[in-house]
Amino acid sequence: MHSDRPAPLALKVAAIAGLLFLHLPILLIFLYAFTTEDKSYQFPPPGLTLKWFAVTWNRPDVWEAMRLSLKVASVSTLIALVLGTLTAAAVSRAKFFGREAISLLVILPIALPGIVTGISLRSAFNLADIPFSTWTIILGHATFCVVVVYNNAVARFRRLSGSMIEASMDLGANSFQTFRYVVLPNIGTALLAGGMLAFALSFDEVIVTTFTAGQQATLPIWMLEELVRPRQRPVTNVVAMVVVILTFLPILGAYYLTRGGTDTAGSGK
Amino acid sequence: MSAIDQPTSTSFLNRMSDAFWRRPKLLLALMLAPPLLWLGMIYVGSLFSLLIQSFFSIDEFSGVIQYEFTLKTYGELFRPANYDIIIRTTLMAAAVTVASAIVAFPVAYYAARYARGKIKALFYLGAMLPLWSSYLVKIYAWKLILAKEGIINWIVDGIGLTWLLKAILSIPVIGGNSLSVSYIGTFLVFLYVWLPFMILPVQAALERVPGNLLEASGDLGASSRQTFTHVIFPLALPGIVAGSIFTFSLTLGDYIIPQIVGSSRLFIGQAVFAHQGTAGNIPLAAAFAVVPILIMALYLWAAKRKGAFDAL
Repeated sequence: MHSDRPAPLALKVAAIAGLLFLHLPILLIFLYAFTTEDKSYQFPPPGLTLKWFAVTWNRPDVWEAMRLSLKVASVSTLIALVLGTLTAAAVSRAKFFGREAISLLVILPIALPGIVTGISLRSAFNLADIPFSTWTIILGHATFCVVVVYNNAVARFRRLSGSMIEASMDLGANSFQTFRYVVLPNIGTALLAGGMLAFALSFDEVIVTTFTAGQQATLPIWMLEELVRPRQRPVTNVVAMVVVILTFLPILGAYYLTRGGTDTAGSGK
Repeated sequence: MSAIDQPTSTSFLNRMSDAFWRRPKLLLALMLAPPLLWLGMIYVGSLFSLLIQSFFSIDEFSGVIQYEFTLKTYGELFRPANYDIIIRTTLMAAAVTVASAIVAFPVAYYAARYARGKIKALFYLGAMLPLWSSYLVKIYAWKLILAKEGIINWIVDGIGLTWLLKAILSIPVIGGNSLSVSYIGTFLVFLYVWLPFMILPVQAALERVPGNLLEASGDLGASSRQTFTHVIFPLALPGIVAGSIFTFSLTLGDYIIPQIVGSSRLFIGQAVFAHQGTAGNIPLAAAFAVVPILIMALYLWAAKRKGAFDAL
């Protein structure tokens, strides 16, 4: 519903104000990473310095939290990729009883408030006497990461024409070869995009993690402790800025991978 | 090439492949088994264990959980202290939802109707990047903004409006000693954090409004204001409802934002956290956790009747 007439001024102002409201607070994070003030959140900063970057670099607890977060996000993303692709393939290739229920089941973990997911998993781990560890964190993360992969894959499968698969089978390829040489190249970028988003989701998750983690601190848990009881404000400022940059990269990557999407073979149908 | 020449693994794969072809149900079952086992066992199983625990109760004197079916724990939700928490959270969720619809609509409308090419990409990324950027960092940014020595007070001071801010903060319920310990602060952070979840579905709904409907409306003599109220807005409504599902549900279940920015009065999420943590009252925590599920179930049921799911 595009209009070629220029937009009314009031609308333009409201739209730009909305975007600024979304972005200025994040920009502020970048400014605070350089402030010389270390006792309060004073604005404007009394001076600018680079020394907090060096201080943060030498902090073992930050590195450890970062390492755990990367590990959890990688493993959860891998699990989510497998489960999400399988579900998307099944749901998009056949109509069967309970298909709607399966889509609902996949969406449920992020449709319900995170605290519900968190406390259910925690009480289940307690009942089953499973000790809290890195694996319980991964178990929780993988569960709600499936939906991101599933959404991306299902959209791409819908565009992938069934005749491509039939042609491949007619030409003598078995199911596995068809998957490897016909399906996978076509859904590859969607999976990559879904995987990146799942990674970003897991890397940032805190609500479910507070329930499923034992003594370990992922990066978000480390930040949460700093938010509740600020102890090292300058280090937190730097970590916050690094996290912003680290999460922007996969998002931009996923955006460029799924943009347009007219290159899917067989989509002309 | 005969089958004999091929390595056995390939012929095994071929036979499996043939079996899949003859019995498509088998392939389907094999594909669905891992995700269903994972989500069904781990997730639905956990949800059930939560639900069951909400029907247990805790002995008030010994603090031991009694594993017998009872509705006593749910009854406790209606005690004034707990009931207040539920009402407070629901009101906040409603306020955040309405406000985010108002702020999001112009952004989505401009992006769908007037933006083109690079500007359109900018608007899309402009909603996507904040949506995906770190939740805690966003809250942290607002802690910086709302702090006493922070940017808002600095600006208000600079333009000489300190009296106005003081007047707003002295309003009984929503005010407080400073922005960072008032409901206004909590509300602003909620609005900021969930706003992208409203922009994207509204924009998606607006993009799908067919151009010829607008032309028809204009041809039939409607002014652009009439076209907006009678054609565009009704068609955008499912998008707003879809967005409101996110803003409402996310606000209902959040316990970190009110803990960091806000007064000491609890929200549902904080109550769940407190009861399962130090208090060890898992049944009451479970019962509290069921409340947002019930509210959301009602909400989703109503939204489905409005056709909101087509706009997701």
